[in-house]
Amino acid sequence: MKITGAEALIKSLENENVEYIFGIPGGVLVDIHHHLCMSKKIKHILMRHEQVAAHAADGYARATGRVGVCMATSGPGATNLVTGIANAYMDSIPIVALTGQVKSPMIGTDAFQEADITGITLPVVKHSYLLKDPREIGRVIKEAFYIAGSGRPGPVLIDIPRDISLAEVDFKYPDSIDLPGYKPTVRGNPKQIKLAVKAIMASERPIVYAGGGVILSNAAKELTSLVRFLRVPVTTTLMGKGAFPETDDLSLGMLGMHGTAYANYAINESDLIIAIGARFDDRVTGNPEKFAVNAKVIHIDIDPAEIGKNVNVDVPIVGDAKQILSGLLVALKTEIKSSKHRPWGAWLTKVEAWKAKHPLFYKKDKVLRPQFIIEQIYALTKDTDHVITTGVGQNQMWAAQFYKTDTARDFLSSGGLGTMGYGMPAAIGAQFGRPKSLVVDIDGDGSFQMVSQDLATAAAHKLPIKICILNNMYLGMVRQWQELFYECRYAAVDLAPGMPDFVKLADAYGAKGIRVTKNEEVKPALEKAFKDPSTYVIEFCIDREECVFPMVAPGAEITDMMMEKPARRSR
Amino acid sequence: MKHIVSALVENKPGVLVRIAGLFSRRGFNIESLAVGPTEHPEISRMTIVVDVADQPLEQVTKQLHKLINVIKLSELRMDESVQRELVMIKIKAPAAKRAEIIEIADIFRANIVDVSRDMIVLEVTGTESKIDAIENLLIPYGIIEFARTGKIALARGSKETEQ
Repeated sequence: MKITGAEALIKSLENENVEYIFGIPGGVLVDIHHHLCMSKKIKHILMRHEQVAAHAADGYARATGRVGVCMATSGPGATNLVTGIANAYMDSIPIVALTGQVKSPMIGTDAFQEADITGITLPVVKHSYLLKDPREIGRVIKEAFYIAGSGRPGPVLIDIPRDISLAEVDFKYPDSIDLPGYKPTVRGNPKQIKLAVKAIMASERPIVYAGGGVILSNAAKELTSLVRFLRVPVTTTLMGKGAFPETDDLSLGMLGMHGTAYANYAINESDLIIAIGARFDDRVTGNPEKFAVNAKVIHIDIDPAEIGKNVNVDVPIVGDAKQILSGLLVALKTEIKSSKHRPWGAWLTKVEAWKAKHPLFYKKDKVLRPQFIIEQIYALTKDTDHVITTGVGQNQMWAAQFYKTDTARDFLSSGGLGTMGYGMPAAIGAQFGRPKSLVVDIDGDGSFQMVSQDLATAAAHKLPIKICILNNMYLGMVRQWQELFYECRYAAVDLAPGMPDFVKLADAYGAKGIRVTKNEEVKPALEKAFKDPSTYVIEFCIDREECVFPMVAPGAEITDMMMEKPARRSR
Repeated sequence: MKHIVSALVENKPGVLVRIAGLFSRRGFNIESLAVGPTEHPEISRMTIVVDVADQPLEQVTKQLHKLINVIKLSELRMDESVQRELVMIKIKAPAAKRAEIIEIADIFRANIVDVSRDMIVLEVTGTESKIDAIENLLIPYGIIEFARTGKIALARGSKETEQ
């Protein structure tokens, strides 16, 4: 029986068990939407901006571990997706982006709402397709989901010309995939694992440095078992939050530019870095010439192109973190027979001393400070099934520092691209994927205003997400740089003029809003909002000039940290 | 330093731009690029010559490997591979000079593929240095047009290129 290309597309997506498509329709998608709205398996979530659709698919993917799907029409719809696709690419998040395209014969003619979206997105996709034959639909969808979700995950884009949607086709969804050029290495080389065991046993000051790859490969349990068996300190990247419980004594929290002082000291003094699913980003290493100069490096990563990219590696192990970590644990257990074996006791004591000497801190006074608010959010949510999302900037760094994340997929943040506006869309996607979780967006006034129109989407679906805006009426992180490194010349960062009334804004969209200006109001306001099943905006009017500390100046050595504001400021 | 990268790729649209993109993103200039189908029509071989340092090239080749449409990839060392180029040269060849030009062509085992009253088209294959040599010899006669394929290369001996 012949069906249209649009129907074949929807059947293919149903075959991939897609639950939600986040998107906005348009001229060339009309045929697809005509059938999509009849699907019993897939719900289309109508967004108010395509960037938010892509971020929502991304948030859904991070929170659930499944492939997220977004869809936009040709031209401006497709180009609006680009930031969201790039964001997913930088953080290796599996999403499939579907874009409408003008009819095949019109491609390249500057037709109405035409954009070369496969060309535009080329550097920020794992792979992409321009459909040229309706018979390809099943194969391409199957390949796209496989490519997006396997190996090092990432976004895959499929561009669908309108004539392909309209064409009639004999449809059968393929059972198998043939991709001769795509065979990700999953199993770690046993020889390399042996070398890693040797390096670990020979080390005196080992440290585990875990990144988002641990979460992507669902290896948090394996990592936790390994670390608790070895009893070595662990630091995670922003993307790795949740890979190892941050409330565990062995956790040093996040490292890097705004990491904890003790994590930075520990990694720089270590003699062995066991890097897992992390890529030695510049925000982590600071000056790479001075980064952990005495340390050997074991680098476990599924992507061979990451090995040796930023730092020299002594023992590379290419493969899936979950498998390698279990293999490593088995090998280490035979090596360390006695469970009382604690060769790294003295090192741990040293690390503990740094922890005691340089804790994360903030001034506890009457001023409403963001760190206090995050501690309150933490206290009220830690024992419930929750997802935290963040904006980008100071709000994000405070959240990363003060929200102790114990479980994978519960802390979602835009790491690589640093996309302001990520928080609320990710919360929307996460809430659809995990309807029973309490989803809290810790956001900034600048970040939130980049996507605030999609309060409409949250309110329309009565999503109980809680948007906590840490409002300092500044583009705070840029202001912080200007304060610390540019003589307090605050250029183009003041958001006070034009600052909306967020309570009224929430009300305007049919959500609820509350404003908090004092410390004692924080807890009651959060309690009220968390109990309420509505979309809730909680605006915290925080100290305008609070900074994120510690801070490693860009390009400096990571132990060269600014712990607080310089005593005298020129302003 | 010059490097030859040989890639077996799926013969599909968009492959070339994906590969070129990984070079251009880093500001590397591709010196020559030759593409053609192999004995399997669905697979093409690309031979890319770039002038970059070893370390950044290694990073690029790892990234090239990750492209879904790239099946196999290898770097060919100059001394462990055979390389050839083909050029066609259109030269001014009035009757008075024609014999001299044909003599040069004979020395280089070039073929005359087209001839008219006042010009000749020569076809030459060989290594880069051979082609440079004949080009230099012919410049004084007046080169009208010049087309060069860029290098193609295979590993020497029984070793497969893509190992």
